[in-house]
Amino acid sequence: MSAAAPCKLKASDYKSGTKPVWCPGCGDFHVMASLIKAIAALALAPENIAVVSGIGCSSRIPAYLNCYGFHGVHGRALPVATGLKVARPDLTVICAGGDGDGFSIGGNHFLHACRRNVDISYVVMDNEIYGMTKGQPSPTTAPDWDTELAPGGTGISPFHPLVIALASGANFVARAFSGDVKGTTKILAEAITHPGFSFVQILSPCVTFRPDQREWKKKVHPPPVSFTTDAAQAARRVMTDDGFNIGVLYKGSRDKYAQAVELNRECEHDFHREFLV
Amino acid sequence: MTDQQSGKSFSVALLGTGGTGVITAGEILLAAAARCGFYGLMIRAAGPQIRGGESAALLRLSPAPVGCLDDRFDVLLGVDWKHAERLLADIAIDADSIVITDPAEEGVPQSITATGATLQQLEMKELAESVSGGRVNMVALGYVAGLVGIPEDAIRHAIDKELHGKGQQAVNASIAAAILGFSRTQGLAAPQAGDGESSDRWMISGNHATGLGALRGGIRFAAAYPITPATEILEWLAPQLKDAGGTLTQAEDELASINMAIGASYGGVPSLTATSGPGLSLMIEGLGLAVCAEIPVVVVNVMRAGPSTGIPTKPEQSDFNAAVYGLHGDAPHIVVAPNSVTDCVYTTQWAVHIAEATQAPVIVLSDQFIGQSIVVADPVPAISFFAKRKLAENIPEVFERYAVTADGISPMPLPGTPGGQYTADGLVHTAGAIPSGRADDHGAQLDKRARKIADFDYGQHWADIDGEGEFAILTWGSTTSVVREAMQRLPDKVASKLKLIALRLLLPVRQEDMAAALDGVNHLMVIEQNHTGQLYRFLRAWYDLPADVDTVHRPGPGVFRPGEIVTRINDWCGE
Repeated sequence: MSAAAPCKLKASDYKSGTKPVWCPGCGDFHVMASLIKAIAALALAPENIAVVSGIGCSSRIPAYLNCYGFHGVHGRALPVATGLKVARPDLTVICAGGDGDGFSIGGNHFLHACRRNVDISYVVMDNEIYGMTKGQPSPTTAPDWDTELAPGGTGISPFHPLVIALASGANFVARAFSGDVKGTTKILAEAITHPGFSFVQILSPCVTFRPDQREWKKKVHPPPVSFTTDAAQAARRVMTDDGFNIGVLYKGSRDKYAQAVELNRECEHDFHREFLV
Repeated sequence: MTDQQSGKSFSVALLGTGGTGVITAGEILLAAAARCGFYGLMIRAAGPQIRGGESAALLRLSPAPVGCLDDRFDVLLGVDWKHAERLLADIAIDADSIVITDPAEEGVPQSITATGATLQQLEMKELAESVSGGRVNMVALGYVAGLVGIPEDAIRHAIDKELHGKGQQAVNASIAAAILGFSRTQGLAAPQAGDGESSDRWMISGNHATGLGALRGGIRFAAAYPITPATEILEWLAPQLKDAGGTLTQAEDELASINMAIGASYGGVPSLTATSGPGLSLMIEGLGLAVCAEIPVVVVNVMRAGPSTGIPTKPEQSDFNAAVYGLHGDAPHIVVAPNSVTDCVYTTQWAVHIAEATQAPVIVLSDQFIGQSIVVADPVPAISFFAKRKLAENIPEVFERYAVTADGISPMPLPGTPGGQYTADGLVHTAGAIPSGRADDHGAQLDKRARKIADFDYGQHWADIDGEGEFAILTWGSTTSVVREAMQRLPDKVASKLKLIALRLLLPVRQEDMAAALDGVNHLMVIEQNHTGQLYRFLRAWYDLPADVDTVHRPGPGVFRPGEIVTRINDWCGE
C-alpha cells in the first residue's frame, strides 16, 4: 500500500473507455478532460487515485476514469471519501459531484468536510439544476428560475458554496469554468497538491435544462486580484463579485486532519488487560 | 423466595437523584465484591436527565456467574427518595428486604413501607459532611459493602482503582467516607463469596466487550456518532484503536458514520460503527449500498425502546424487523445477536469475520441491558476468527470485480493494486462493475449476493442449544440469560423436558439447522421483548415449526425476570 513512483502516462491512459451518459455539449466532458490532464501532469498512477462520488449526472464520472472509483448513494460522497482517505492516507482521494448532491442532500457533510480538513479535493460541477431528474431547482438555482416543480421560481436565496466553504474552514477554495480547460486543469492540479480539504466549484453548463448557461463562456473572467490567505477577505470578495470570477480565491495553511492508520492487524495487543479484576 | 430459588445470590439497589453518584458507588461495590471472590452483575437504571433525574445501580452478587437480575432485592438503599417512584417498578421489595434511609431525607415512599421491609437508618449526609470532601455515595457504598461482608481492604482497593484519575485527595476522602459507612454495619446473613480465586476474572460491560470483540476480530477503523446506549463502545474504541494501529473518526451524523466506515473498508481496513435505533434508521441507506457494492462493514445496534426516540436509556428487542427487513430492494445481509454480556466479545468478533469473508454488511443486535450491564465473569478466551477478505492481488488480463463465482464471493482488489481499478457501485452493475439496467445482469448479481450469504459456513455458531426435551424455548439476546436461569431453577423432572435454542444468527435463515434442532420437539415457546412478537412472526414465515407454538412477547422497558419465566414454564409443561 505504499505510494508508487511517479509515472508518465498519456491522458488517454486515465480513461476507462465506458461511454458517458452525459448529453452532447455537457460541461462535464470538459471537467473530465481537465481532471485527467491535471492528474497526468502530476504523474499520479491511476491505481493510486480514488475518485468518489454520489448521485447525479456529474457523479457518474468515476466509471469513466481508469482510477479506483466509488459511486455511492446520493449526497454521501464526502463521508465515503473521508473514511477512505483516513484509512488509506497513501491514496490521492478526489471527491466529485454536482450542486444537488453536494449542497442539498449532502449539505451537512459539505460543512463538516470543510471543518475536518481531511486531505481530499472536492470538485463540484455546478449547473444550478437537477439534471438527472430533468430540471428541478437546486440550492444554487436563482430564485426566479421557472420550473415545473417550482412554478414562477423558488423565491428563495441561492446557496453560496464558496462563502460557506470559507466560513467552514476549507483550506483551498477556487472557482473554475468547465469551458476553460487550461485554467481548470491548473486549478485542479493545485487543489490536489494543496494539503487539507480543497474545494473547487466548477461552473459546468447543463445545455439541456439550462440552455441559457451557454452564455457563461462570455461572462467568466479572471479575478482582478490574486488569491489571498485571509479567509475573511476572500469571503468579502466572493460575496461582492459578479459570480463569474474564476481562479484560486483562497489558500489556507491550517493543519490537515491527521489520524493516519498504520494498519497493524496482527499485533499481539492485550486488549483485555484493563478488564482483569 | 428461598435461597435455592434465587441461586444464593444477593441483590442490592442503590437509589438516588441523578448526580448523587449511586452509579459510581455501584461500580465500586461490584469491583470490591469481585476482588473477594464474587461473581456479579450491575445495570444502571436511569432517566434521560444527566443531573437531577432518577438514577439507580441495580446489583446482584453471587458465588456463581449470573447473567440477569433476580426477581427481588435484598437491600434497597436510598440516598434520597425524590424521584424514587419512577424506578420502583424495577426494584421489587418484600418483607425479607432491608431498606436503608437517611433520617435527614424525606420519608421512604409508602409503597415501600407497605411491603413490611425492615427499615434501617443511616445518617449518610451527616457522616459525609464529617469528612472533608466526603460524599454520601461513598458512605452508602461502605455501609452496603459491610452488609454484604466485603472486607475493608477490598473497598479501599476498589475505590483507589476506580477513582484514581480524580487525584489522591479525592481517593482519600472517598475511602474515609466509605469506612465511616462500613463501621456502621451490623452485619447480615450475607452469602459467602465463591472460592476466592478471582484473580483471572474480568469485570466488563457488554459495550466494552463489543469493542473488545471488534478489535480481536481485526477492526481498525471506526466511525462514531454518539447515541445512548451505544456510545461506550465508541468511547472505549477511540484510544484502543490508536494503540492497535487504527483510528476512530467522529462523524457529523449517522449517515456520515456508515459511509465513512464503508469508505475505509473499500480501502481495505476492516471497519465498524455503533449506534442505536434512530441511528440504525439513518444507516439503512448506507447498508443497502454496502450490500450492492459488496463492501464489508459491521454495524452494532444497541437496541433501546422505540419507535422514534423511544426510551433512550431502557432496553427492548424491537429493532428485529428494522435490522432484518429495513433495506429496500432484495438486499441479503447478516444479522447476529449476542446472548449475554460476555458473548458480545465472541459474537462481535464473529460478525467481523463474516463481514470480511462475505464482503457484506453485518448488523450486531445488542441491547441496552446487555450493553450497559457490567458483569464479573470468567475471562472470554480468544478465538481464531479473524478478518480475512478474499483479495485480488495479482490481477489477470481480463478481470471482473463482481465475477460470478461458485461461492458467490468475488476477489476484491484494494486501491493501490495495479490493474485492479474498478468503480464500486450502488447501481445495478455487470460482473465487470459497469452500470447496467439489464435483467440478466441484475439477476446474476442478485443470485450471487444471495448465494454468498446463504452458503457461507456459519458452523454451530448459529445458535446455542442446551437440553434435549420435547418442550423447546426459542429466544435471543438479553432474554437468553433470563431463560437460562429459569431453567436452572426448575426441578430436574421439569428441566429434563426442556430444550433451549438461543439464536445467534438471525439472518440468513438456517432451515436445515433449525429442523435438526427442532427434531423431537413437539411444543415451542418463543420469548422476546417487544410488542408484536417480531421474532415469532419471522419464524412462522421462514421455518417449519411444531404445531404447538406459544409466543411470549411484551415490550420494554422492564426486562423479563427469571421468576416469571419459571411460572410460565410450570404452567406450560409442569406437573
